[in-house]
Amino acid sequence: MAERALVYRTKLPVRLWHWLNALCIFIMLMSGMMIFNAHPRLYWGKFGANPDPAWLEIGHHGVNGYLNLLGTEIPTTGVLGHAMGTAEAFPPLVTIPSSYSLTIAREWHFFFAWLLVLGGIAFLIYAIFSRHLQDDLLLTSEEAKPRNLWHDIKQHARLRFPTGAAARRYNPVQKLAYLSVLFVLLPLIVLTGLTMSPALNAAWPWLLEVFGGRQSARSIHFLCATGFALFIVVHLLMVLLAGPVNELRSIITGWYRLPAERRP
Amino acid sequence: MTSPLITRRNALIGTGGLLLAGCDRITASPTVKRVLTLGEKATMSAQRLVTDRHALAPEFTRADLSPVFRVNGTRSPNDGGYAAHVANGFADWRLEVGGMVAKPSRFSLANLRAAPARTQITRHDCVEGWSAIGEWSGVPLGLLLRQVGLSGNARYIVFHCADTLEGKPYYESIDMVDAFHPQTILAHSLNRQPLSIGHGAPLRLRVERQLGYKQAKYVMRIEAVAALDGIAGGKGGFWEDNRGYQWYAGI
Repeated sequence: MAERALVYRTKLPVRLWHWLNALCIFIMLMSGMMIFNAHPRLYWGKFGANPDPAWLEIGHHGVNGYLNLLGTEIPTTGVLGHAMGTAEAFPPLVTIPSSYSLTIAREWHFFFAWLLVLGGIAFLIYAIFSRHLQDDLLLTSEEAKPRNLWHDIKQHARLRFPTGAAARRYNPVQKLAYLSVLFVLLPLIVLTGLTMSPALNAAWPWLLEVFGGRQSARSIHFLCATGFALFIVVHLLMVLLAGPVNELRSIITGWYRLPAERRP
Repeated sequence: MTSPLITRRNALIGTGGLLLAGCDRITASPTVKRVLTLGEKATMSAQRLVTDRHALAPEFTRADLSPVFRVNGTRSPNDGGYAAHVANGFADWRLEVGGMVAKPSRFSLANLRAAPARTQITRHDCVEGWSAIGEWSGVPLGLLLRQVGLSGNARYIVFHCADTLEGKPYYESIDMVDAFHPQTILAHSLNRQPLSIGHGAPLRLRVERQLGYKQAKYVMRIEAVAALDGIAGGKGGFWEDNRGYQWYAGI
């Protein structure tokens, strides 16, 4: 078997941004779940409190936890609502801090929000001026053709990933996943977060118009966080399937060993 | 057959416990807390930077009112003096305004109700995440402060309340940017009714660009001060002193 080439695939700013994000997103998801625990109900519209109907609620009847989604109650004892001996919506294992403290959760959440936003802005500037965005992330017109995209989706579903020279570059489905996080999830979660601020509502009232009110913004913020959690699951699954050692080396050192060509 | 000492389940729970203990040591560290406070300072500076001093909190219409405005915090102060005020309809109740002012004054509820009022339909946002919309009427705080001759050296306005939580008197404070904001009022009415006991009768603060815990209920005394250090825990409010909530509650 021929020696497979080791290529320099991931530049330093991209690697730094990746790890800063990994830290920020994990801390913000965990502290965010603690903040949610303070009022584990979600609403649509301008207002929403206990007397108003919630579209999602995590709670407990005695020691039985439940998730109420759109009026359907799903028992979740041991996972949500009542788990690990506590009656919190999200259990201690996944929150920062582990036992109830809205104060500490808010401090962590807002501190890392600054890092996430400043890091995101710095990355965007880098990505545009280094042409990382144009050359590596945006789909080529050839890739964007529906027939080719469909082909790539089918390849992913069969867990057949690009090999040889094609593995030097992000594949189209991978590009779409990264672009949707960068240009949809990230801006949405930041803007809905800002919309929940009563001070910023005075400064930028249009944010409320865009999202349909503070409680709608809170719901969208939660849905975006769920989107991030799903992205992380799929992202880590892909790393495992594509070869965790090789993938980890490339996101730490930048160097990646090209996978061998499949035999026809 | 012997049962294994370390089962997978126990190992998992044990690792989880270690992880939790480690994380909690980080969150409890004073150095970490100091670093995190930088975020709070940055947030206040940035919010003040992008928000005009007089930028108004959004106002709504009667169609947007919450059907039920949730009562939160103290439902009825159990202080004996307060019960007496309730018994005679707050006829002997007086709002004291003092501290760094030229003319310390006392105002009756009738005085305050007869004063020029501002009515605003605004959203109340609890730090916990819920919101309720209500129609508030009351005296603009700035008007009152001008009338008593606020000293130029005063930096904060402190609101002393009739209720106690955990055995400690409730209080709150704001700075002059918010004290003279047109929507900062001492509300005596909610939804065109005199304030109920649950909502802070006879008078509560509305400072519309901040969270719910700043909206002090049962206001008895207003004090103009140069610093917050000497008052209760020194952090400017009951929740700030006792739970570490941020003094500036803009988000």
